[in-house]
Amino acid sequence: MEAHGIPDGSATAELPPGNDALAIRMRSALPALVGVPAIALLAWLLPGTNDSYLVYVAGLAGINVVLAVSLNIVNGFTGQFSLGHAGFMAVGGYVAASITLAVGSRWQLAFLPAALSDGLLFFVATLAGGAAAGLAGLLVGLPSLRLRGDYLAIVTLGFGEIIRVLIENMQVVGGSTGLLGIPPSATLFWILLWIFVVVLWSKRLRASTHGRALLAVREDEVAAEAMGVDTTGYKVRAFVVSSFFAGVAGSLLGHYLQLLSPRDFTFLKSIEVVAMVVLGGLGSISGAVIAAVLLTILPEALRPLQDYTGLDFRMVIYSAMLVLLMLLRPRGLLGSRELWERRARRRAPPEAT
Amino acid sequence: MSELLQHLVNGLSLGSVYALIALGYTMVYGVLQLINFAHAEVFMLGAFGGFYSARWLPAFREEPRFLAILVLSMAFCAGVGLAIERLAYRPLRDKPRLNALITAIGVSMLIQAVGQLPWFMGPSPQFFPTLLPNGPLVELGGVSITRLQAVSFVSALALMAALHRLIFHSRLGTAMRAVSFDSRVASLMGINPDRVIAFTFVLGSALAAAAGILVGMSYPRIEPMMGVMLGLKAFVAAVLGGIGNLKGAMAGGILIGLIEALVVGYGTSSYRDAVAFGILIFVLLVKPSGLFGRVATEKV
Repeated sequence: MEAHGIPDGSATAELPPGNDALAIRMRSALPALVGVPAIALLAWLLPGTNDSYLVYVAGLAGINVVLAVSLNIVNGFTGQFSLGHAGFMAVGGYVAASITLAVGSRWQLAFLPAALSDGLLFFVATLAGGAAAGLAGLLVGLPSLRLRGDYLAIVTLGFGEIIRVLIENMQVVGGSTGLLGIPPSATLFWILLWIFVVVLWSKRLRASTHGRALLAVREDEVAAEAMGVDTTGYKVRAFVVSSFFAGVAGSLLGHYLQLLSPRDFTFLKSIEVVAMVVLGGLGSISGAVIAAVLLTILPEALRPLQDYTGLDFRMVIYSAMLVLLMLLRPRGLLGSRELWERRARRRAPPEAT
Repeated sequence: MSELLQHLVNGLSLGSVYALIALGYTMVYGVLQLINFAHAEVFMLGAFGGFYSARWLPAFREEPRFLAILVLSMAFCAGVGLAIERLAYRPLRDKPRLNALITAIGVSMLIQAVGQLPWFMGPSPQFFPTLLPNGPLVELGGVSITRLQAVSFVSALALMAALHRLIFHSRLGTAMRAVSFDSRVASLMGINPDRVIAFTFVLGSALAAAAGILVGMSYPRIEPMMGVMLGLKAFVAAVLGGIGNLKGAMAGGILIGLIEALVVGYGTSSYRDAVAFGILIFVLLVKPSGLFGRVATEKV
């Protein structure tokens, strides 16, 4: 998981010699050793395809978790306000789906069973989609992260819209009608696996020197810069990681719904993800997870009301919640704390600029 | 040649509307350092204010009726702007700026969503009534200026001139500039920043309402989501001119209108929305302070 150029500096600085060093290295590998088999087992117990409404909603919630946790890296850790997450999601989704659609029928690893070969293709396509989104994040981040404050919000918003307009005008990927017939490769196993990866990654990121630099940028950018933190560099890297996972989520969504449409990646989608991060508490990973699940279930739970009245209250409730939350509980459900931190430390709220 | 001139005429009338909206963004940013996302919705409400007041006002002579509708809608939106400032932004004034920004987005979406409910404006587009008779006013060598374009341009210009006079030649305007320069020092000099900020919202919202009516007259399909794209482009205009700078907002608005008219005229209209954002990104790359902006240094 550290293969993408993000140093995990938590344990490398002062390793004690000998067996202790090995123990510490083992401990950092433990989540992967336990987690991946556990997820595989869980996914084996759960049905593979979205054959029931409940499983369908669970999958959507899972994809939203990946999105919210990834956006939390930029909006929560770094305190930079990005409004273009839907754009990066679209880049990743479209690239990955194009790959599986183009290669899928021709590509079959002879030495593997068909299902495994398809799974491998999906994994590679998702990585490629994530990489493409990460590249887009680099292109957006390099110029715009030099700017301070609200400009980033508006620039990322602009990029998100540009990406959407470009996709709408690209007939290769279906233009405004969308991309249809994507194979349903995103099973619960893959969604759980990517949740695991993104949660573990951002948890470790925050504990690392890199993450501490990001938090310093959030607390006071000018002061961080004065202390010798390369603020632009750190912000750009955080932005690239965040975009990468947004692209992964896009790929998951495309291969889950079996279709991608530019209408799914508007400004409103970005806002939805922002609402999840804000509701959970900026900077809290577990908060983002909980909020993503809550905000996926909420509209589904409201569906009877919608059927009864014939009105779409979803956006009203979303936006009213956002405003009321900012006024009444400006730091979200969990603030910047985590569920796994046992004692709620009382300290001054971090002031994001 | 005449084709180019025609595009420029179209661009000027569109651009003057962008400039009106951009002024609201730039004034609020000047005093609060806040991107007031809800400004686009105030503009939308302005168009609907015109729509409903036209329905309510009896048909008498066209020009005074148009003016009455304009004033009614501007007054209504001034009230809306005041309410938004009082209820959503003022409680957050001493909180981190990110909170205010998220609130601004929330308010903007709330107005859109509520507006789409059937007992307000409803989700489907409405047709803006004809307030003034349209038709070619001047035709010169293949270039025609319609009456609507002339009205649009002249009203926008008149409003901007009035605003300019208000800000640079009145006590409240002086207070606004003082708060924009340094709110704390201004309050030490006996200026009440709360009042000045409220006044800023009133002015910006009234201008946005006027822009809403002008847009409604030229593009008669109005709907609750109409503010989103136009508002964003007006914001781009404000950034292009240097946010916080009044002359910059006017120039930026006109410039964006001209560029958009040229893109639609010579390029493909499907990219017209992307071009504004392309300009935005280019400006931020090359000169983040905008055309007329000053470079501000931040301190710890």
